[in-house]
Amino acid sequence: MADAATAVIEVRDVHYAASGRPIFAGLDMVVRRGRITAIMGPSGSGKTTLLRLVTGQVNADRGSVSVFGHDMATLDREQLYAVRRRMGMLFQNGALLTDLDVFENVAFPVREHTDLSESLLARLVWMKLQAVGLRGAARLMPTELSGGMARRVALARAIVMDPQLLIYDEPFVGLDPISMGVVLRLIKRMNDALGITSIVVSHDVQELATIADDSYLMAGGRMTASGSPRQLADSSEPAVHQFMTGGEEGPVLFHYPAPDYVGQLLGTPE
Amino acid sequence: MSAAGNGPLVSGLRRAGSTALFLLQVLAQCLPALARPRQLAMQIYNTGARSLVIIMMSGLFVGMVLGLQGYDLLHRFGSEVVLGQAVALGLLKELGPVITALLFAGRAGTALTSEIGLMRATDQLTAMEIMAVDPLRVVVAPRFLGGVIAMPLLTAIFSVVGLFGGQLVGVQQMGLDGGVFWSQMQGAVDLHDVAEGIWKSLAFGAACSLIAVHEGFTAEPTAAGVGLATTRTVVASSVLILLLDYVLTALFI
Amino acid sequence: MRSNPTLEIGTGLFVLLGFAALLFLTTQLPSSGLKLGASKAGYHVSAEFDDIGDLKVGSPITMSGVRVGDVTSISFDAQNFKAVVGMRFDPRYNRIPDDSFASIQTQGLLGGKYIGLSPGGSDTYLKNGSRIEQTQSAIVLESLINKFFANYASKGSGDSSAAPAGAAGASKVEPTK
Repeated sequence: MADAATAVIEVRDVHYAASGRPIFAGLDMVVRRGRITAIMGPSGSGKTTLLRLVTGQVNADRGSVSVFGHDMATLDREQLYAVRRRMGMLFQNGALLTDLDVFENVAFPVREHTDLSESLLARLVWMKLQAVGLRGAARLMPTELSGGMARRVALARAIVMDPQLLIYDEPFVGLDPISMGVVLRLIKRMNDALGITSIVVSHDVQELATIADDSYLMAGGRMTASGSPRQLADSSEPAVHQFMTGGEEGPVLFHYPAPDYVGQLLGTPE
Repeated sequence: MSAAGNGPLVSGLRRAGSTALFLLQVLAQCLPALARPRQLAMQIYNTGARSLVIIMMSGLFVGMVLGLQGYDLLHRFGSEVVLGQAVALGLLKELGPVITALLFAGRAGTALTSEIGLMRATDQLTAMEIMAVDPLRVVVAPRFLGGVIAMPLLTAIFSVVGLFGGQLVGVQQMGLDGGVFWSQMQGAVDLHDVAEGIWKSLAFGAACSLIAVHEGFTAEPTAAGVGLATTRTVVASSVLILLLDYVLTALFI
Repeated sequence: MRSNPTLEIGTGLFVLLGFAALLFLTTQLPSSGLKLGASKAGYHVSAEFDDIGDLKVGSPITMSGVRVGDVTSISFDAQNFKAVVGMRFDPRYNRIPDDSFASIQTQGLLGGKYIGLSPGGSDTYLKNGSRIEQTQSAIVLESLINKFFANYASKGSGDSSAAPAGAAGASKVEPTK
């Protein structure tokens, strides 16, 4: 696949089980520098767990996860934090700190990691808020924001330390079409303007297809398909085709495994 | 979650062990937390100042009840004159620290648990982790320290208000001589007795705050999980307070 | 971070109140506590007693019922088997005759012990390092009762030459009260 120089994240043959339930069995993935990589998959396929592996919150049972060339499993706390400072993450619901207002939320990582003067810090925060179009909302509390606004604030917070890697966890869930379009364009703009490598985890296939450079499709604990969004859409493989088109017919069954329907209707109730 | 044993004894032991280990982690972060006085002041406000009204009300009534009961009891032996010292010793050594701690667990402890639990449930703690900010240092340590600092202050306020409650009943209602009441009190109370109360309240403050932040930090990240953790905070704190109280009393006497 | 006046005032008020309460408890309440306003200065005097009962460091020293000082130390002299009590007198009371008489008394029937001083007639006064020679030990209730019963028993058996009860602590005390 990609050579080491352009790979920001390399996941190799990862096996992982949570509470005895296997989630990954031989997962491979490469995220290349400067590109938007979409990771798609049905609910419960382990997309969020993959992000936990990449951010070093959990370690793989087998195989390796390397980010910026560091094997995440071998890092101690200090080194892990050093790697994390180079990444930003946007959580599903924004995960804004509820006791701080919008301005302070964006300023939070800066205050924690640097000793910038108050005026420099303010300038930095205003810039990032302007980038997401929420400079006017600086003094609102997180509870006063709509879902889309909260996510944009979280985006401003994620980019305030100028990360090299941005991770979006389900950025489109629960957004109205306008907000979704705004977030979508923001992801693209951040990637192009700042040269950030982006990972977008989602199952909104159509939206992702418009911005993603590479796509992965997850199912059954492994990557079942990869390539450009167009390649995936044109795939004739049943599992990929079903997911991309949202069909009911395919390897992923509508019915949860159950005993014979007619037999259960006619038989004696248990 | 991966442990073999699931019996109540094993899980209780694990909980106690993880709480103790958590204490060490939190203590390691206390010094950096002290370097942020504003953060700390905020937590002292949250845990201390916001509990002030309930503490003062309770203190007043506990003092008044002590006055009534003490008077009734001492009257039977014809020694009402020592009511002042009975009220003072009862409040300083025992009721002040214990009742303040129980109220603290119910008022501030639950608030701490649900606050941190909700931060866990809404990914705020994870977000900090990803921002390379240790939530133990930023979220847990200031709250723990705030509780440890607030508790002795609350206890002192409780006891003083209680003393005035006791004198209200003894002197105003039962007609004891005010001077005798106070001089008896001063004659009988030793610095040692006051110290006992302060040490107890410090221990209770550390215990209550630790349980509250630990339960919140390890809460299941769901609404039900946070509710459960809050309940556990009250139960565990109350039991631990009374247990510690016995141990500390035995130590001091 | 922006300042929040309500928060700051609330916190300040709480901390102030808390420390005021702590201060009250530690300084005003206990007899042995540091009294606000009263200096620790004063002159030190010692006295020996046969038995001090449950006299404690911090117990008051009174003269005609007025507190003039307090007990600062209690030790045991192994040479002549007596209790040595160190006392600090308030510098305001610097004209106490050096032949004054110190006795250990009880506040009420069951209250704490204190040292009561009865003035002597000397023209020289107690000063730093002085020693009060005339002392009377604490009345130990049990010795009193023992003595009473001993007398009672001996009277009852017709033996008029009752031996004095052996309790050393009360040996100087007449069991008449």
